[in-house]
Amino acid sequence: MTTTALAPEELLLEQRKPEGITKVSIIVSKGTLEGIYPGLIMANGARMEGIDANLFFTFFGMDAITKRKMDKVKVATVGNPALGVSALLGIIPGMSAFVTRQMAKKMEELDIPPIPEFIQLIADSGAKLYACKASVDMFGLTQEDFVDTLEGILTVGEFYEKAAGGQIIFT
Amino acid sequence: MTTMTLASKDLEVDAEGFLAHAEQWDESVARAIAKDAGIEPLTDRHWLVIKFMRERFLTAGTAPSIRTLGKESGVPIKELYQLFPKGPAKLAAKIGGIPKPKGCI
Repeated sequence: MTTTALAPEELLLEQRKPEGITKVSIIVSKGTLEGIYPGLIMANGARMEGIDANLFFTFFGMDAITKRKMDKVKVATVGNPALGVSALLGIIPGMSAFVTRQMAKKMEELDIPPIPEFIQLIADSGAKLYACKASVDMFGLTQEDFVDTLEGILTVGEFYEKAAGGQIIFT
Repeated sequence: MTTMTLASKDLEVDAEGFLAHAEQWDESVARAIAKDAGIEPLTDRHWLVIKFMRERFLTAGTAPSIRTLGKESGVPIKELYQLFPKGPAKLAAKIGGIPKPKGCI
């Protein structure tokens, strides 16, 4: 009799143990600062854990990888009740820029890079960056409008192919 | 905490195999941890990163972020991931005998 053999019920538990995540495909669909960062932080965090990561930018989320827009992304001060700024104050010209500056300062203290640097870091870490074909066509953009690290422009179907075998996260 | 034998020493480690006492570390322990993690041999470039992580932790009390690692260790991000494919900050900390980095970046 061996003492290491597992009883049938133990064997079943062993087989049901969740496997670790080995690949994530993260969709970034919003173009505000607070809409873009979570996806970037999750992609970078995945790579730091040795998890493969794809980033798929769609609609205004593409601002994060559009050369002339990526350093101009702002916090939404209108329609953002969590910010605690009254709706009327939120519309004051410069309010969004002000709140964005405050947040950028805080993030720099926490060693969170600005978007252009963060995109470069994530690409260098081996994550793959893609833009959504439908959005690219809709906004009249071409590959030249995007950062050089963009891997390609994908249809939804091609995105699902790239995402196969991993988890998909929509932000 | 459990005890693990690394480089013929019985050392206390946490659930993920990070050393519980940074002062018990030496280069032979580093080589043993690296071997377990599938990194062998440790090159000069690996050592540069490992020692940067360790020194930064011992002086600042926290391990540097991946951003700082890429900017200040002397090894750029791309190469960091070639040296430590399963996560440069985490693995360099583990091999360097310091706790797992706590930050999200």
